Amino acid sequence: MSIEIPKDSWPGEVRTITIGATAEEGGTRTSTVTVGGEKTLPFMHFESPMPYRPVVAIEIKDRKPDDWSQLLNETWGEVMENPGLWAKAAEEVGAEIIQLSLSLTDKDGNRNTAEAAVSAVKNILENTGLPIMVYGPGQAEIDNELIVPISDATKGERVVLGICEDKNYRTIVASALANDHLVTARAPMDVNLSKQLNILIQDMGLSLDRVLMDPTTGALGYGIEYGFSVMERLRLAALQGDAMTQLPMAVTVGFEAWKTKEAKVGVDVPKTWGDWLERSITWETLTAISLIETGADIVSLRHPESVKRVRAAIEELIAVPAIA
Amino acid sequence: MALSGIEIYKLLPKTNCKDCEFPTCLAFAMKLATKQVELSACPHVSEESQSLLAASSEPPIRLVSLKSDGYEVKAGNEVVLFRHEKTFYNMPGLFIRVTDEMTSEQIQKKLKPAEEYLVNYVGIDLAVDGYAIESTSNDPTKFKSAVESVRSVSKKPIVLICKDPKVIRAGLDVLEGESPLIYAADESNWEEMGEIAKNANAPLVVSSPNIDSIAEITEKLKDFGVLNLVLDPANRDLSTSLMQFTQIRRLAIKKDFRPLGYPVIAFPCHAPSPETESIQAAQAITKYAGFIVLETFSPEALYALLVLRQNIYTDPQKPIQVQPGIYEINDPKPEDPVLVTTNFSITYFSVANEVEGSGQPAWLLVSEAEGMSVLTAWAAGNFDAERIAKDVKRFEIADKVTNKQIVLPGHVSVLSGELEEELPDWDVRVGPREAVDLPAFLKQAL
Repeated sequence: MSIEIPKDSWPGEVRTITIGATAEEGGTRTSTVTVGGEKTLPFMHFESPMPYRPVVAIEIKDRKPDDWSQLLNETWGEVMENPGLWAKAAEEVGAEIIQLSLSLTDKDGNRNTAEAAVSAVKNILENTGLPIMVYGPGQAEIDNELIVPISDATKGERVVLGICEDKNYRTIVASALANDHLVTARAPMDVNLSKQLNILIQDMGLSLDRVLMDPTTGALGYGIEYGFSVMERLRLAALQGDAMTQLPMAVTVGFEAWKTKEAKVGVDVPKTWGDWLERSITWETLTAISLIETGADIVSLRHPESVKRVRAAIEELIAVPAIA
Repeated sequence: MALSGIEIYKLLPKTNCKDCEFPTCLAFAMKLATKQVELSACPHVSEESQSLLAASSEPPIRLVSLKSDGYEVKAGNEVVLFRHEKTFYNMPGLFIRVTDEMTSEQIQKKLKPAEEYLVNYVGIDLAVDGYAIESTSNDPTKFKSAVESVRSVSKKPIVLICKDPKVIRAGLDVLEGESPLIYAADESNWEEMGEIAKNANAPLVVSSPNIDSIAEITEKLKDFGVLNLVLDPANRDLSTSLMQFTQIRRLAIKKDFRPLGYPVIAFPCHAPSPETESIQAAQAITKYAGFIVLETFSPEALYALLVLRQNIYTDPQKPIQVQPGIYEINDPKPEDPVLVTTNFSITYFSVANEVEGSGQPAWLLVSEAEGMSVLTAWAAGNFDAERIAKDVKRFEIADKVTNKQIVLPGHVSVLSGELEEELPDWDVRVGPREAVDLPAFLKQAL
């Protein structure tokens, strides 16, 4: 019997986006990352080759965070005190992009300043040749205060700035426009809200060739089914030809997975949860893999061991089956 | 594949005789298409139409069930490729593998903790579904005694693994009256395995790295009278396996291709390490497996996989709701604050998780908000001051606390004035917008 395998042939495709710029391109990066370009669902090599592989970013902070799991503090150790060294360490353990999440305050509890944030970014750029993404603390006013000077100070580097949300995207988008950067647009687990924000950003004159979208994912056990389905729907819409969904997806898996109790707490939890460290890494890894198989193009992770496992799985997934 | 109303209409007598109690044959056909009536309501339908319609009402993926004393693990009956299109119905069973070259003690040592394993997630107890026994010795006596050892620990359903019919027979002898899964029929042994499966009334796996061959063998077995089949596209790497599982699912659902209309089994147990095993198992859960055989029993990996399975198989049309009420977190005393949230499961679990993680004691009032998140419920008029005040009274919270401090989610700070009017002797506070900021809020602001 020779079965005719049905092949989906889609009218649409995801945009191809390059993050970071080398010296010839007006930046200082020694490598850049290109994502997107999918013409079919993830890893369906028999229908269309996957032009670019999903990539792994490592999330770091501009200072040692107060609220990260002790397991992460133990793993990264002293480099957490210096974002440049942290970025360098992240590159050594397999990061393809450095995703910097700025803190709301300094270590004494004072509001973070533009000066400190710019110097953290410069420190990172000096210590790694990888492309970078820089996300604010997540409060409109201070996000803008910190992101704009960083954008100015890194003109031409094709940094991904974020996070644009419906309540706060104008300042970040304007600054990305002025300095040839990119942005991440985040909407709360809703296909239409994602599209709406992308339209608003495009209306400001920023080409969608410079926009990544983050549909918000949730973590395993904490809403991943919503993120999973919204991402599947967004990618299907993109392939069906809906231009406002044809953007690569960048998701903050480390942030989501490491705020769960399963990852954060090691004492007074049920014995059936098993070993704390292995559980946390599994939580982050399985969240990442599930989302990569729905169409995530960039996953930001926190633990080096998860990075290793996820990269190995991506390697296996991008291999074209011998029988395809 | 399910026929449309019009297609069904074409198979009906088209006499509009009303014997079915519908005004026209078309109206009856429309009801048939949505499975709201039975075809038997039409006394005049031809035999040929009957058989065509019966075939069309069969599920695109056959329901296959493993049974043992008091247990059943089902797979199949799926109707969609993506869960948002409807839902995924039958969660893949998770089986832990042992071999017949392990001693009875080794088997018991491995399976006892697996058998006792029970983990609670969102109020649901989750457990291992059964065990797989593989003959690596090819010795019927050893296999039989391995099956006996497993049965000395557990009554849960079993997968018997060996390509040699003699060995499978020896295993089946121990499992009288059960329907274990037999692995596997292939090009060389399908007839003998089919015979065994038929006699034992047990489902049978068809294994081949090539889905063309799988389809050929399932057709032969079907003609032979073995209908309960499970498919093993025997490629273990993530990429090939994802491709084949997807192809099989698409052929069954979109093309109504009967030779592959059966559940699929995955074998992460062959992964080179426990880390890759859990990744393979996760892929099998999200991408279409009906049964999953694992090598490693480790609580941390099993917990993650069981939760993933629970999440993916949640009906997207019916978000899980939490029972409205007053929840105690970290043993609160009367002087501790009352936090308010809605009964949408994720909202509840995010809040409860953060408060629990903070170590700060608090009372959590889960208000009846039709299972919506805070902002959605507020926008829809299901979460307002009146309703919160009503729930405060309904759950007699004033009798539990002395400080009467009540904290609203930051997203609905606009309700604080009205709530002060509704609850005049309470101290109304506004908390953070996001659950993740609760620990800091509880420590600093209260």
